[in-house]
Amino acid sequence: MTVLEPQTSFEVSNKGFYGSFGGAFIPEMLYPNVEELRRNYLAIMGDPAFQAELQALLTDYVGRPTPLFLAERLSNQVGATVYLKREDLCHTGAHKVNNTVGQILIAKRLNKQRIVAETGAGQHGVATATVCALMGLECIVYMGSIDMKRQQPNVDRMRMLGATVVPATSGSQTLKDATNEAMRHWINNPVDTHYIIGSVVGPHPYPDMVARFQSVISEEIKTQLLAKTGRENPDYVVACVGGGSNAAGAFFHYLHEPSVRLVAAEAAGLGVLSGHSAATTALGKPGVLHGSRTILMQTDDGQVTEPYSISAGLDYPGIGPLHAHLFNSGRGDFYAITDDEAIQAGFQLSKLEGIIPAIETAHALAALPKMNMKPSDVAVVCLSGRGDKDLAIYSKYL
Amino acid sequence: MESQLVDKQAVQANRITDAFTQKSGSLLNVYFTAGFPNLGDTVSVLEGLEQAGADFVEIGMPYSDPVADGETIQKSNMQALENGMSLTVLFEQLADIRSRVSVPILLMGYINPVLQFGVERFCQKCQEVGVDGVILPDLPLDLYLDEHEPIFRHYGILNIFLITPQTTDDRIRLIDEHSEGFIYMVSSASITGSTSGVSDEMLAYFDRINAMNLRNARLIGFGIKDSETFQMANKYASGAIIGSAFIRLLQENGADVGKITAFVEGVRG
Repeated sequence: MTVLEPQTSFEVSNKGFYGSFGGAFIPEMLYPNVEELRRNYLAIMGDPAFQAELQALLTDYVGRPTPLFLAERLSNQVGATVYLKREDLCHTGAHKVNNTVGQILIAKRLNKQRIVAETGAGQHGVATATVCALMGLECIVYMGSIDMKRQQPNVDRMRMLGATVVPATSGSQTLKDATNEAMRHWINNPVDTHYIIGSVVGPHPYPDMVARFQSVISEEIKTQLLAKTGRENPDYVVACVGGGSNAAGAFFHYLHEPSVRLVAAEAAGLGVLSGHSAATTALGKPGVLHGSRTILMQTDDGQVTEPYSISAGLDYPGIGPLHAHLFNSGRGDFYAITDDEAIQAGFQLSKLEGIIPAIETAHALAALPKMNMKPSDVAVVCLSGRGDKDLAIYSKYL
Repeated sequence: MESQLVDKQAVQANRITDAFTQKSGSLLNVYFTAGFPNLGDTVSVLEGLEQAGADFVEIGMPYSDPVADGETIQKSNMQALENGMSLTVLFEQLADIRSRVSVPILLMGYINPVLQFGVERFCQKCQEVGVDGVILPDLPLDLYLDEHEPIFRHYGILNIFLITPQTTDDRIRLIDEHSEGFIYMVSSASITGSTSGVSDEMLAYFDRINAMNLRNARLIGFGIKDSETFQMANKYASGAIIGSAFIRLLQENGADVGKITAFVEGVRG
């Protein structure tokens, strides 16, 4: 994996901005930690010894490269060629581990003894607990108390891996509040703790660092698609967006390829205008949350709105600043997918291809019929996670 | 966006800077959340604090996601929002406050509600009602200097910055250079409402900052809750800021002037 130097407007600026989005809106208490990371992350990631260690883990532990699978029966239904990038086959069942193996190696180089993380669906929490077990570091995961109930298997997995799972009981008791609690924990433990943020959100350099660790997804797509079709570039890359880490990884090496449309599926919940939605670009406006200026669901007074989605991983009132910039600049196409559309797409993939996707991922699949693709079009969907954790929800629709 | 402001006049006389020239030490700044415990309590609490002899009051602008605050202030924020508090309501409540109190007033809160209100409109309103200074913990120094400083200066609103035990000397110098009024010295690596107590490490940090001979006065906040901690802070700085302990008093007793006076007198010892 090569570390790209900033080239164009889709790369993060020196001050951490993508266009007008990003930055580091953090209280002074967090400044030294974030600054330490900002000063060091590119140098650490560029170190050949670091890259060797990371590559070895990605290959032997995560199970990379993940396959690029031609979904023939789904392609017939959709009326275009659809490939699935099988991130669900990563160790722990989702793309999240690409980021946590990278960040834990950074934490070790910064001599941190303890890891704190937030989690929504629990996938990032599990991926963090997993690498902490591997490296022998203490792990504390904050999870909204509502999410703990709807993703109980992941709570048990984290605990089995030795992590302490702390319920976030403030606010809406979901991902936003888990992130607040993790940040407070970091404020209280600034010296020996590294905060592994699970998405391309948070203060600079997190969005860029996480995007770089996830960029292995599009790096592999390019090679694999070339081998299979003779072309590196599909017509569409499709991914779901909560904070947007799998999308950032799937888009990364295509950001400067204007012929590739970047398609982001957001969670519309019960419908964009239902009052129970997490469709950030449809409902939000510029604002600051969790350390970056982004598009944010909020009231006219600037209070953050409680989002809703059937998917705990997309139930977030903001999006990463890169995605806010993709939306604002027109580089990305954003679709709002309802709970019902996602569930149907999840069942469709299960029956057509024998793959049960995470409900988050099912939102990306549900965008396919909305994209007006031509029969000659090639789309790559980032199949970001597997659906085992969601069986309790899917089973209600059986 | 904001209008282009070329007026870079020096900050005019301000009640905050005056307070430090009138009194050399043991200055007490008391924080409370606007619209807490009841929406209409803001002015009563403010008047109560003036009567009780607080040297500054810091009015919290409630926010849904106060990441630098502990449970006590988080809950007061949620309660105030449920009560219907907003910046619009707060400025309405403070409309004629300068005919009622003369104590220096600061507004403390997070940047997003201020951005939605409009930074220039916010500073204009502060000037109009007689607010003297603002504390916005998640508006860092560089972004303030890049985007907002001329506006704050134009309206004579002091922006107060925080320093912590982890802030480097170089950065403290930079903050000192761009601060007017005072520097908010966070006592330990923590969110508000910390109960960790006074440690040798904390005192070493206070000594280190004292030895820097900064141009600005300092008030110590976070973990100040009673006479003992207030007196300790006074040895190392011009005074202290008390927040969570006062919120607990309001939670239990409401905006009761007698209780507020007893609290302030108790802290002064």
